[in-house]
Amino acid sequence: MIALQRRADPSRLMGYLAPLLALLITLLAGLILFAILGVPVGAAFYSFFVEPVSNLYGVAELAVKAAPLVIIGVALSIGFRAQVWNIGAEGQLILGAITGAAVALLFYEVDVWYVLPLMMLASVAGGMAWAAIPALLKTRFNVNEILTSLMLTYVAVLLLSWLVSGPMRDPDGFNFPESRLFHDAALLPRILDGTRLHLGAVVALGVVVAGWVLLSRTLLGFALRVNGAAPRAGAHAGFNQSKLIWIALLLGGGCAGLAGLFEVAGPIGQLLPSISPGYGFTAIIVAFLGRLHPVGVLFASLVMALSYLGGETAQITLNLPLAVTGVFQGMLLFFLLATDVLINYRVVLK
Amino acid sequence: MNETLMLTVLTIITAATPLVYAALGELVVERAGVLNLGVEGMMLGGAVCSFAVAHYSGSATLGIVAGLLAGMLLALIFAFLTLSLQSSQVATGLALTIFGIGISALIGQSLVGIAFAGLPALHIPWLSDLPIVGRLLFSHDVLVYGSFLMVALVAWFLNRTRAGLVLRAVGDSHHAAHALGIRVVRVRYLATLFGGACAGLGGAYLSLVYTPMWSENMSAGRGWIALALVVFSVWQPGRLLLGAYLFGGISILQLHGQALGINVPSQLMSMLPYLTTILVLVLISRDRGRIRRNAPASIGQAFHPTT
Repeated sequence: MIALQRRADPSRLMGYLAPLLALLITLLAGLILFAILGVPVGAAFYSFFVEPVSNLYGVAELAVKAAPLVIIGVALSIGFRAQVWNIGAEGQLILGAITGAAVALLFYEVDVWYVLPLMMLASVAGGMAWAAIPALLKTRFNVNEILTSLMLTYVAVLLLSWLVSGPMRDPDGFNFPESRLFHDAALLPRILDGTRLHLGAVVALGVVVAGWVLLSRTLLGFALRVNGAAPRAGAHAGFNQSKLIWIALLLGGGCAGLAGLFEVAGPIGQLLPSISPGYGFTAIIVAFLGRLHPVGVLFASLVMALSYLGGETAQITLNLPLAVTGVFQGMLLFFLLATDVLINYRVVLK
Repeated sequence: MNETLMLTVLTIITAATPLVYAALGELVVERAGVLNLGVEGMMLGGAVCSFAVAHYSGSATLGIVAGLLAGMLLALIFAFLTLSLQSSQVATGLALTIFGIGISALIGQSLVGIAFAGLPALHIPWLSDLPIVGRLLFSHDVLVYGSFLMVALVAWFLNRTRAGLVLRAVGDSHHAAHALGIRVVRVRYLATLFGGACAGLGGAYLSLVYTPMWSENMSAGRGWIALALVVFSVWQPGRLLLGAYLFGGISILQLHGQALGINVPSQLMSMLPYLTTILVLVLISRDRGRIRRNAPASIGQAFHPTT
């Protein structure tokens, strides 16, 4: 029989190797899955992992898709470190997109430099407001934040659907459920000619640095980490638990809101009934895959962004359903959690 | 009794049944000290597999069995990761939901847009022929009767049997249970598989009866509402049944809102079940003492015999 023997010290080496191992197993499992589906394995591999990034445009698209994942993933990692399970980033993203877009539509055809900064502020506030609800309910009424933040995501989806088909619908849009196209002043500047790469990518890198500084160089970061690892020790050290819950959720909500704005003011350019292919949920996987570390999150986001691009390419070239992306992402998280056992345990034969 | 009211009551039963199954399964899982957040994923897995099998075989019975097995299979992944490999229950449950959404969409790709005849109502001699009562209480399909039977069985099992006592002991203190010689991991495996089977049945009801077809992500958060229902029930099967019917009623209110003359956009009406869930969670959770007295004490914690 195989048995697990607890290691005296968690293995640092396995801590770094586990995500790579998980990635490798996911790749293998994916190829097996393709074989079962009757898809030529070589072609599937090529169109999933190579073709999407075989030119400059593709590489820029990778950054476009990775940017929201990085921004949300870093913030979620900080929350998860403190054992605050904000699962509703997708809803907070939608709220940020709504409030940001509201400013853009309010300033429609007003060409002033401060439209974009104002939109960013609005989106951060929108995301924070949505995350404040679970924070309030958790700290005041002891309500599980997983369930409330998730329920609010369904509410946000319906809210967006109502707004684009009602109050925020394009008056000249032939009744299609979508808003006006944003005015130029309300669109993010592109930073690479011939691609869709926008300012959000730069902000994402800034978020990585800021997240790293916060976690490893500040007292707040220390308090969050202690609170997550040993809540009682944190309480004895005088860290205010409620305050940390508020900070973790507001941080997640604000970042998700900003990521939402970067989608509508970036690649999309208007408010649509569906503005995210599940970035808020994928960012959860990104956080774990990146070992809850901002730099790790950056790499994990690139991997996940590739799974989105690969899914799109495979849909076009191989006629595979887009859902393949979700299957890959779920498998990756499974294998990561499975290989994590090697960090704390030694596998021995009895 | 007028016809509209009668139909409303009948649709409430259809809306509540999947919730009864999914939440009841999770109740048993949590009573064993395991928190499986993957109910939504298991429901979708059950829904798509039961629809696919029922469609291709033409047999609703085979479809129901397939849904049950699909839920169990997904629960087995969860059990292996969390119980054998000690992974985090929260993270693994989320992974199960993400995976379930993806794999069900993949399996169901060719099934979108196909309709299914639904489950036949069981005719019970004499009882079904009674006026009003016959139609309200004795005109349902096998899964509706099954859900009531299951609630009774689970309540009996947990409170009146030795095995139920063992299960509760494992959920309240896995170390004490282990010291008594109870195979903690085995009990939790069985509970988790039961939870998966129930979630699968709930999913089967969705795709075979509630909306007899398959569409991507058709559970629309019911798995999460089921999780909230377990909290609402303070881990008691009887209260869970009550809660599921309350929620069934609210989701039907939303469907019939227009007919009842409530002039609110449909999207806003559709928010009702989710908003009610939050409200109910607040009402229940604010009484910390009550939650603490009733919640299984070692819920969500990994167990390893050497620790």
